[in-house]
Amino acid sequence: MGKFEIKNADLYYNDFHALKNINLDIPQKQITAFIGPSGCGKSTLLKSLNRMNDLIEGCKITGEFLLDGEDIYGNMDVNLLRKRVGMVFQKPNPFPMSVYDNIAFGPRTHGIHSKSKLDDIVEKSLRNAAIWEEVKDRLKKSALGLSGGQQQRLCIARALAVEPEVLLMDEPTSALDPISTSKIEDLVLEIKREYTIIIVTHNMQQATRISDRTAFFLLGEVVEYDQTENLFSMPKDKRTEDYITGRFG
Amino acid sequence: MNQTAASARPQKHPINRLTLKQRIKSYLKHPLSLFLFLIVAAATLITVFVLFFLILYILIKGIPYLTPSLFAFEYNSENVSMFPAIITTIMMTVFSLILAVPLGIFTAIYLVEYARRGNKIVELVRLTSETLSGIPSIVYGLFGMLFFVTALHWGFSLIAGAFTLAIMILPLIMRTTEEALKSVPDTYREASFGLGAGRLRTVFRIVLPSAIPGILAGVILAIGRIVGETAALIYTAGTVAQIPTGREFLFMSGRTLAIHMWALSGEGLNTNQAYATAVVLLIVVLLINWLSAAVAKRLAKS
Repeated sequence: MGKFEIKNADLYYNDFHALKNINLDIPQKQITAFIGPSGCGKSTLLKSLNRMNDLIEGCKITGEFLLDGEDIYGNMDVNLLRKRVGMVFQKPNPFPMSVYDNIAFGPRTHGIHSKSKLDDIVEKSLRNAAIWEEVKDRLKKSALGLSGGQQQRLCIARALAVEPEVLLMDEPTSALDPISTSKIEDLVLEIKREYTIIIVTHNMQQATRISDRTAFFLLGEVVEYDQTENLFSMPKDKRTEDYITGRFG
Repeated sequence: MNQTAASARPQKHPINRLTLKQRIKSYLKHPLSLFLFLIVAAATLITVFVLFFLILYILIKGIPYLTPSLFAFEYNSENVSMFPAIITTIMMTVFSLILAVPLGIFTAIYLVEYARRGNKIVELVRLTSETLSGIPSIVYGLFGMLFFVTALHWGFSLIAGAFTLAIMILPLIMRTTEEALKSVPDTYREASFGLGAGRLRTVFRIVLPSAIPGILAGVILAIGRIVGETAALIYTAGTVAQIPTGREFLFMSGRTLAIHMWALSGEGLNTNQAYATAVVLLIVVLLINWLSAAVAKRLAKS
């Protein structure tokens, strides 16, 4: 049994059938990549895993989403779910406050107010996100003054600060330059020992570099889901092969 | 240092800038664009001139009459002191804001953060507030007199005036707050929700702090309207020139600076003192504007 089990999931935006009968089993403490052309539903599925789709009007979901066997659309408190399943967004979105307050926002939300504890969490999270050395002298300064790559690592640190079990990453490097991208990829490989990571990416090299398993999406369906090596070296489905060899998409 | 900088500057005319000669030549070639240039330049000059003329006129007419007796603690028909009016203006502003600001801000929070998009109630509230903001202030005055002064038996009073003004500025505060909240990027909300923060925490810790400069701008506009308002107050707060004091001060009549000015010029005996009052009013408004700009800048920085 995986960390996340998705069974017979369908999702509609009003009349648009965005996800069609999705069945996925996402293993613990591995990196799972979602790939596919724009508009194929991979981000939509990702956002269903921490119920961010709840915020979108006209979005209807059916099926089962189980986190450690527990239905996340059942009796689970949505804020607790989002604490357990953190998210990093496509564009770095630090709050307009200091570096320190950005990281401390999550822990404070969940009831940690002791200064020494918060200090520890901030340092540990920033170290985990490989950005501590760059920001340790400017913790009290606005996070908006950091570069794009630093901001994204800050956002990862912020997500890690609430000690999630799963980290959802929605094209986290698409807005970054190659150096920042490689820093974030190294970081993701580093933290996978402790976290289950699901990453949406447009970049197939990125999927092959970092992920253990890959799911290929097309028009709202999962066409193929396999070990990353297998999926890229001997795809079973013709459409997967066409996509990864660049024949469309 | 300066010398080296000056000598380093290219001596030749930069090729991407028109010389005066070239400019004249180009305008002569295109008379229409010359015409348009003259029109916009003239419009700017006229606007600036009118503004300066107005301010200078008031200052020149008013400043000579700004005597100490004009700021005497008690008003009488000899000194026509504006001091009670200044205090009443402050009280009126504070009470109106106490009533309207929380109500306006919370309504805006509901409309932007809680109500579903395309909700019928939202449309209705929006329509109502737009209509309200288009109503002439004398109509608010009439309503205030009929409802607060007469029906509720509050009489001509500070509180009747404050309630009337609060209703008047409510749409303004609501709309500016709404715009300020809408201008907060959704990515902030997403990030906050994504960390497991609820809606309440997201609104108060993330959205509102980012929106404060915009909200403040609305409050300042509202203060401007309160300070400058006459029509809505004549029939609600009355025109008694005294500082409302004592236990029932809320139910006493009082005149604000604007009304004081209106009364003085209306009586025709103290026109010069009316100009002096106008000077004070002008300075108050300028101070408020300056203060609000400073506060907004400070907030935007932190």
